[in-house]
Amino acid sequence: MAAIIDIHPPRTVRPRKATAESFFSRWLIISTAVGFMGLMFVLPLVVIFQEAFRKGWEGFIEAFDDRATMHAIWLTLKVAAITVPLNTLFGLAAAWCVSRFQFRGKRFLTSLIELPLWVSPVIAGMVYVLLFGAQGLFGPTLKEHGIKIIFALPGIVLSTIFVTFTFVARILAPQMEAQGQAEEEAAMTLGANGFQMFWRVTLPKIKWGLLYGIILCNARSMGEFGAVSVVSGHIRNKTNTVPLHIEVLYNEYQFVPAFAVASMLALLALVTLILKTLTTTRRGAA
Amino acid sequence: MRFICMKRILVEYRAPFLTCQHHLLSRPRHILPGFKLSLGFTITYLSLLVLFPLSMLVWKATSGGWEHMLATLTQARVIASLKLSFGTAFAAALVNAVFGLLTAWALERYSFPGRRLLDAMVDLPFALPTAVAGIALVTLYAPNGWIGAWLAQHDIKAAYAPLGITIALTFVGFPFVVRTLQPVIADLSMDVEEAAACLGANRWQTLTRVVFPALLPSTLAGMTLAFGRAVGEYGSVVFISGNLPFKTEIAPLLITMRLEEYDYSGAATIGVVMLAASFTILVLSNLLAQWSRKRTGR
Repeated sequence: MAAIIDIHPPRTVRPRKATAESFFSRWLIISTAVGFMGLMFVLPLVVIFQEAFRKGWEGFIEAFDDRATMHAIWLTLKVAAITVPLNTLFGLAAAWCVSRFQFRGKRFLTSLIELPLWVSPVIAGMVYVLLFGAQGLFGPTLKEHGIKIIFALPGIVLSTIFVTFTFVARILAPQMEAQGQAEEEAAMTLGANGFQMFWRVTLPKIKWGLLYGIILCNARSMGEFGAVSVVSGHIRNKTNTVPLHIEVLYNEYQFVPAFAVASMLALLALVTLILKTLTTTRRGAA
Repeated sequence: MRFICMKRILVEYRAPFLTCQHHLLSRPRHILPGFKLSLGFTITYLSLLVLFPLSMLVWKATSGGWEHMLATLTQARVIASLKLSFGTAFAAALVNAVFGLLTAWALERYSFPGRRLLDAMVDLPFALPTAVAGIALVTLYAPNGWIGAWLAQHDIKAAYAPLGITIALTFVGFPFVVRTLQPVIADLSMDVEEAAACLGANRWQTLTRVVFPALLPSTLAGMTLAFGRAVGEYGSVVFISGNLPFKTEIAPLLITMRLEEYDYSGAATIGVVMLAASFTILVLSNLLAQWSRKRTGR
């Protein structure tokens, strides 16, 4: 399985003359790539910030002076605060057992860990509705005890965990496999206990990959839309996360506030990309 | 000095195990702790949060019997939405295969100003929330948007049409093709290309007959992944698609409509079809990765 999230340390291969394209085709390929990415990636980013500042700084600030917006931001922070630690813990455990041990069904397990990435976010939300919704499997029992999962925080957290499930494990496992286990073995032979080995040897080895995994998991959990949209019920000031709130604002033709809030998430995405580039260099050096 | 000696002894001691008997690599496993704990936690967490809920989906879809499933799937609206979802996702994957291959090649083989920036930008669709991408794309491609206005002059309708859906799906699928291809291009050994050049092939012949066949499996693998991501995509599409039943209504959107109508088994049935597609994609991409390893000899 090719590593999609994980990029290799940049390398500059300078092909020799016989194996290099002509100057013209080189130029054509580079400008096609740059042009395509400019059109597809840079232009949308520019539009977000341009629309957000259409009414200047005041319009931008005004967008956040709104109870529903602040509530959505607060709710999103809460969801991320629950989701990210749980998935980090899972990612560490999964990467540890996949990269350090040989066992039957390992490839199958790796595939299953990747599965949530390919499942539609709508399905990720729907399965929890089928489980805990009014007509779901546990619906009646939950209602008897007055516990609300769907159209409430627990449902949002569950579906967010589902969609951001893979990231930490997927980034850590190949890195840990590549780094090998000699240091850990040495630590154990020299009498460290499991916790000491993890804290003093493994963690320093994987810290940059782990940091990037956590950041990406965080960005995705704050930005999840499809899965959360199915389970949240879109109740303003109650179950609207930031992306859902953007949709509400946009559909109400409040474009400046919608893009102002969206620009915060876009900024988060840019910070994620910058940190990724930084940690990749460190990971490459480690 | 002593350290170096130790290292040499270690290497020499372990080398035969590394090359001859692969399973002996797992020999020191009893030294490292936490196998049962980490595996147990992984499997429990995976089962509770992913496998059990997904099996619920299959159970719900089949609970009404096969005839009910078939009746749901043969509804004109369901067929139209599935056709649209799979069709636009495939078109987007094709576009991504072409531009992804060119971009990956440019990023790995050439050095040009802004290369690292471009490399970092490839991951944007991963990090940018889908809803944000959705409203940005519709603003660009709507008839009064920057690109939409230009397209409207040429009588091309992008937003609220299948073309717009394809554009959004191209956006989300692009990194998969590039990131699948990059390591493969970086690992291609130069000697084959040099040999081709020595034997009198011109650059174009070398590229089409030597390089491209080696990259074909990974290109297909990247395409498969891009397709898989695009089929289920929701957030970035719903804004640009217009959501007209029979015309621009994608399958994930139809699922949410059915859920809102409390038609759980109908929603689950469409969901099972998409889940089956996800599984197929997972298996297919694994097979393609194997083929790629065979072709490139790694």
